[in-house]
Amino acid sequence: MKLTLDVWRQPDAASPGAFETYVVTDATPEMTLLELLDRLNDQLVAEGREPVAFESDCREGICGCCGVNVDGRPHGPERGTPSCEQHVRSFADGDRVVIEPLRSAAFPVVKDLVVDRSALDRVIQAGGHVAVDAGTAPDADVTTIDHRTAEMALDFAACIGCGACVAACPNGSASLFTGAKLTHLATLPQTRAERGRRAVAMVDQMEHDFGPCSTYGECALVCPAGIPLSAIAAVGKERMRAFLRGRAT
Amino acid sequence: MSRTDAPGTDGTDAMGSDMTGTTAPGTTTDAGAPTLTPEDVRRVGEPLDGRVPEVPAEQAWDDRRLHYDLVAPANRRKFTVIVVGTGLAGSGAAAALGELGYQVECFTIHDAPRRAHSVAAQGGINAARARKVDNDSVHRFVKDTVKGGDFRGREADAYRLAQESVRVIDHMNAIGAPFAREYGGRLATRSFGGVQVSRTYYTRGQTGQQLQVAGANALLRQVARGTVTLHTRQEMLDLIVADGRAQGIVVRDLVTGEVRAVTAHAVVLATGGYGNIYCKSTLAKNSNATAAWRAHRRGAHFANPAFIQFHPTALPLMSEWQSKTILMSESLRNDGRIWVPARAGDDRAPADIPEDERDYYLERRYPTYGNLTPRDVASRAARERIDAGHGVGPLRNAVYLDFADAVARLGRETVVSRYSNLFHMYEQATGDDPLRTPMRIAPGAHFAMGGLWSDYDLMTSVPGLFVGGEVGWGYHGANRLGANSLLSACVDGWFTLPYAVPGYLAPLLGSHVLPPDHEAVLDALEAVRARTQRLLRNDGTQGPDRFHRRLGEILYRCAGVTRTPEGLAQGIAEIRALREEFWRDVRVLGEGSALNQELERAGRVADYLEMAELLCVDGLDRDESCGAHFRADHQTPDGEALRDDTTWCRVSAWESPAPDAPDQRFVRHDEPLTFQAVPLQTRNYA
Repeated sequence: MKLTLDVWRQPDAASPGAFETYVVTDATPEMTLLELLDRLNDQLVAEGREPVAFESDCREGICGCCGVNVDGRPHGPERGTPSCEQHVRSFADGDRVVIEPLRSAAFPVVKDLVVDRSALDRVIQAGGHVAVDAGTAPDADVTTIDHRTAEMALDFAACIGCGACVAACPNGSASLFTGAKLTHLATLPQTRAERGRRAVAMVDQMEHDFGPCSTYGECALVCPAGIPLSAIAAVGKERMRAFLRGRAT
Repeated sequence: MSRTDAPGTDGTDAMGSDMTGTTAPGTTTDAGAPTLTPEDVRRVGEPLDGRVPEVPAEQAWDDRRLHYDLVAPANRRKFTVIVVGTGLAGSGAAAALGELGYQVECFTIHDAPRRAHSVAAQGGINAARARKVDNDSVHRFVKDTVKGGDFRGREADAYRLAQESVRVIDHMNAIGAPFAREYGGRLATRSFGGVQVSRTYYTRGQTGQQLQVAGANALLRQVARGTVTLHTRQEMLDLIVADGRAQGIVVRDLVTGEVRAVTAHAVVLATGGYGNIYCKSTLAKNSNATAAWRAHRRGAHFANPAFIQFHPTALPLMSEWQSKTILMSESLRNDGRIWVPARAGDDRAPADIPEDERDYYLERRYPTYGNLTPRDVASRAARERIDAGHGVGPLRNAVYLDFADAVARLGRETVVSRYSNLFHMYEQATGDDPLRTPMRIAPGAHFAMGGLWSDYDLMTSVPGLFVGGEVGWGYHGANRLGANSLLSACVDGWFTLPYAVPGYLAPLLGSHVLPPDHEAVLDALEAVRARTQRLLRNDGTQGPDRFHRRLGEILYRCAGVTRTPEGLAQGIAEIRALREEFWRDVRVLGEGSALNQELERAGRVADYLEMAELLCVDGLDRDESCGAHFRADHQTPDGEALRDDTTWCRVSAWESPAPDAPDQRFVRHDEPLTFQAVPLQTRNYA
């Protein structure tokens, strides 16, 4: 397959970027999108041109490292699929494909297709954890957790932290990401103790770096972990709950 | 085929030989291929002492904990500890030491601590909680682990692993890992390869992710508290050793290119395994051995580098540009049946092959364990069938993993609920629905049982340098049981290093970290800068990835699932030649003062090219079969591994020669292994 790629090139955060056009003539349908970039980079290096910087690690859809916009869509054309599991079979021979970094004011470009998503970790750092020190936990079987509750917590805990939700949102909101963590930890009985304090801390931090939610729902459409859209409701709900109760739990 | 009968040649002669031979994995090289004897490539040095408490193995951990020195709470902040890596072991160690009050400097190559490759483990985490009436116990856990590792790990370490496994589950549950629960609300378990009980705790097929995210978030809690300083996108490129102790590291900021030294009272490496040396592996693309290898070059001995596990349920290579062998959890073997066509070369569609023309070879050869034989046995059996012409798929390089019987027995819904995300992942990767057509799987390089040698306290041969998780070696011997790696990383990080590191620090109270102008600091900085410049200025034509792919091809062929002395010798010669070509012809484009992924890759491949030689030397030297190290010249008439406990019941911990040493052979230090609680026996899974 022959594909023409318009790839965003930007040397660093301070410099302006621009698209450059490359042609890969030996793409195959079973290649992943990232293997297509590997192929392109091999070609560029052979020509003595600097390869395209892009982030990837596990290439199994779980680490959340990868993430590029493909024809304006975070991760690529296949719905609910991370960039590393997008395949060239989604394109037709001769197609022109635009590849650029995840776009959000909260994610400054580091280089080419690599962005800085540390704002997401700042949300977690503010309160997305549990105040239990090593060795102090009670027997995990003492508190029973019914199957449905555990499964529901897991539905929200499945977030891989890729940031596609932010890039898809017209407002650049991180509500799906934040709401997923709030719901996960509020659902499980053993992590519920700091529920109120956690909600206030995380939502405050989120609002500092990200935009507000206007319930467009674009986030859930691109989420590779299938985080339910109801996560965005948890952001307002959990904070309101903390406000009304006026206490940490 | 005794290698001692073959003419010995020295390394220089071997390098000049024909490098183009391409033989199938596990076969011997062409007649007349250069053959090295172990004596050509190594000498034997002083034995090592593992400093295991001299009490029965089951009492060792209690005994040692009682004898560790303590640091009073008010004094802990006077100590700085470096932790490299934020996977399960690194985040656990950093968070736990931070909780205790030490000053922790934590480094990761990633943009966020959650990305570490522990995140990708699927199946589960073992724990000897023994709540069921299936007759599990701490002792049985140890027996399974020691026997599964083919008696090449340390028994006392396996005991610690089993004993601490209980509260690992409690702790990870408490900090937010949503373990699967039975309908009655209790923790659910499943069984894994190499055991006959159900002790694997899990969260769907994403156990690693849930544990990793919980650990990373606990780490961020300490960052918020100010006990841990987290440095993201920083790569450790050297270890600083002064006065015989590890006292710091040199890191490169991957975004700005700045190279700087960080000094501390102790250094913990939790940087993962080296399976990616095979290039096409189940590991993440950024997983690398550089931190471990740089520490090795500063004096940390490397234990059993040839012990590498080939995972039996990886996806086969399907195309030239495939970047890795995606892993399918071994838990699939609970319900999937593995088979190949009984007739070699049978290319009918799987559905067209009737039951009596299928060979369920694991069930046939190993009726007791069936499809749940340990990984090394399953991988070898698959490789044997594939090499015998029974492979399936377009490249005939795979075997089937079939869920049709499970669906008939349990119903489609139950099977899907157990493996939904794995099935989804398979379909994503291949375009096939595993419920319509059997999965195709093949052995892929996976887990490194070998790693930096450490004593019972997880301290390497460099005092003050500790290891946690896969970068170390202790528990798994020559073969790791499924779901024991998440456990060992958690136990090391949360429940071993927080005892052992303070025990080392206590006598150092009042000492200061090295000043930035100390000679050892300046030397290490200069070494890193010189190496980086050498890579950037090399006027070559090939990018580092090309060398990595060629190295992987050599290793799969010469040091793969089945090894021969001739193949390993051939591998050593080819690796030396490739390394020479690398330094002559590698091309690293871009700048040193900016994000440069080519430079990162080049540094890591350069280290792999050194390490790969040692991997083959270890494989050549260890003149026996054990676990995943299967030598074709040491097998039973049934094709099972034949151990030699008289000579090889010991760890080979290697020292590399200094670049300017007159004798360029590797030096092997032996640690003898003794087994008290689990007597030496032949593994038999039939």
